[in-house]
Amino acid sequence: MSRLIVASIGPASSVQDGGRPGSQRYGLTPSGAMDRLALAAANCLVGNALFAAGIEIGPFGASFTARDGAVRVAIAGAPRNADIGGRPAAFESSVTLKDGETLTLGFARGGAFSYLAIEGAIKGEAVFGSLAVNARAGLGSPYPRPLQAGDEFAVDAASGAPERRIELPKAVSGPIRVVLGPQDDEFDDENKALFLNSDWKISATSDRMGYRLEGPAIKHLHGHNIVSDGTVNGSIQVPGNGAPIVLMMDRGTSGGYPKIATVITSDFGRFAQTSAGTPFRFKAISMAEAQDEARRFAGLLRSLPDRLRSSDTVALNIEALQDANVAGHAVNAIDAATWHGHASGEIAEDSP
Amino acid sequence: MAATFSPPRLLPSGDSAMTVEYSRSIDDDANQAVLALDRALTDADIDGVTESVPTYRSLLVHYDPGKIGYDALGEKLLALASQPAPPTAKTRRWRVPVAYGGEHGIDLEDVAKALNTTPDDIVARHVAGDYRVAMIGFTPGWSYLSGLDKSLQMSRRQNPRLLTPAGTIAIGGIQTGIQCLAGPSGWHLLGRTAVRTYQLHRNPIFLTEPGDRVTFFAVDHKTFAEQDKAAEAGEIIAEQVSA
Repeated sequence: MSRLIVASIGPASSVQDGGRPGSQRYGLTPSGAMDRLALAAANCLVGNALFAAGIEIGPFGASFTARDGAVRVAIAGAPRNADIGGRPAAFESSVTLKDGETLTLGFARGGAFSYLAIEGAIKGEAVFGSLAVNARAGLGSPYPRPLQAGDEFAVDAASGAPERRIELPKAVSGPIRVVLGPQDDEFDDENKALFLNSDWKISATSDRMGYRLEGPAIKHLHGHNIVSDGTVNGSIQVPGNGAPIVLMMDRGTSGGYPKIATVITSDFGRFAQTSAGTPFRFKAISMAEAQDEARRFAGLLRSLPDRLRSSDTVALNIEALQDANVAGHAVNAIDAATWHGHASGEIAEDSP
Repeated sequence: MAATFSPPRLLPSGDSAMTVEYSRSIDDDANQAVLALDRALTDADIDGVTESVPTYRSLLVHYDPGKIGYDALGEKLLALASQPAPPTAKTRRWRVPVAYGGEHGIDLEDVAKALNTTPDDIVARHVAGDYRVAMIGFTPGWSYLSGLDKSLQMSRRQNPRLLTPAGTIAIGGIQTGIQCLAGPSGWHLLGRTAVRTYQLHRNPIFLTEPGDRVTFFAVDHKTFAEQDKAAEAGEIIAEQVSA
């Protein structure tokens, strides 16, 4: 066994996996990774089950040190600067930390959450099949709380398998797609239009329970108190002050505010990765279209193992480099993080 | 019950869940219909349905759109709703001890004053109730109970408290409830129970189910303290009585 030590870490970082669905009738929210695709990609790179437990890293920097042997890891999700003892570490690639080496990750450059998967996955005591942290319910293993510097994980010694990278499709951009309902009839046409045609920003007070939106006040037809009913990931509820809240992975299982719309499954991770303060819009689509997208997204997750490539071609990804350079940005040929975001047009505001 | 109720409305809750709504208000008949449909859905075992969440007035059905589409599932749910309700499995009854008033029920005196009566009378009316778990929601084990004496119904506090203790027994609107974990609440706090409706490392982790019956009985604060220790060690504390 090796150990992976959390040398430093910011807030909003915790162990997450596919979550624990199945007990919502008892008030237990499923939790799990905010960006499922990113967690799955990271796991895939080190040969884990797609939704095995990894580390969800919030917007601030973090560093991890291997002890008592080598540790093989992979990072995906919100791009950041990454280095191992001064040499750049590629994003969306597996890397092996030798005993004593430290992987240092900078601030998220666009997006909010990155995922560190560890070969052999994080080990702990599962409750309802999951190690995911849900601090309010006292759940999560090995630490039932956000991570702190000094925490450590007992992990498998690195297998020595060849390093790999993963080719993900270009990130989708454009408005966050929603299906109206279940309580869109609590709003008149004017307020529904206001919801769909306004620029929104995510408030800095957002967390894994909910993203608070800043924009125009949405008015209800019959007041804001409805009788509580069930919620889902991406439910957009409108409380009395008219400022919508999008319910995220640690949401309450029921809620008593009218829900104007729901973010579609395939856009949820992308929405979760929207940086605070970056303007975006919603777009309503039909149920048929949303379910087609959900099936396509499930297909993408299933296809991840087929998207693995040998790592030694990273620096020669001419197509991606050209793509990125056409946009006028300088990119680093060996640090995938510097081109992935530019190529997809997702980085709105870079760090200074 | 479901058979005599007008057909529910199907409301989209995103691409992977659907709300089957029986009423827009807290309505005992609607809740019975919701629980009946929940039982029927469990019996029907529809491929693609992953879980269901009953609330006062609606059943939220989670499903995998890779296995069944919105329209096909909606038809099946409406068909189930139009059939006679399946018989209730043996209803479970719980007797739940409560330490009323004092530090454990800081609103008891104010509630008594507001209703022009004594704290003892409020307790007497609260323990006389025969309640049903209408839904469990918000946080793990938070059991919303229907059947509150009409004379105890009062609107919620103007300023919800940000933190109320684990095990709080409170009233709010036309409901009463068992709040398992510490957390925010706008209800009036009458007392506390040592019973954990949710406790890790105990079998079962969840004590109450939607549809269970609940009655309360008063215990003194010393008994509460003893029961609380025993509950911490994994005892269930609530007495189960056969229906």
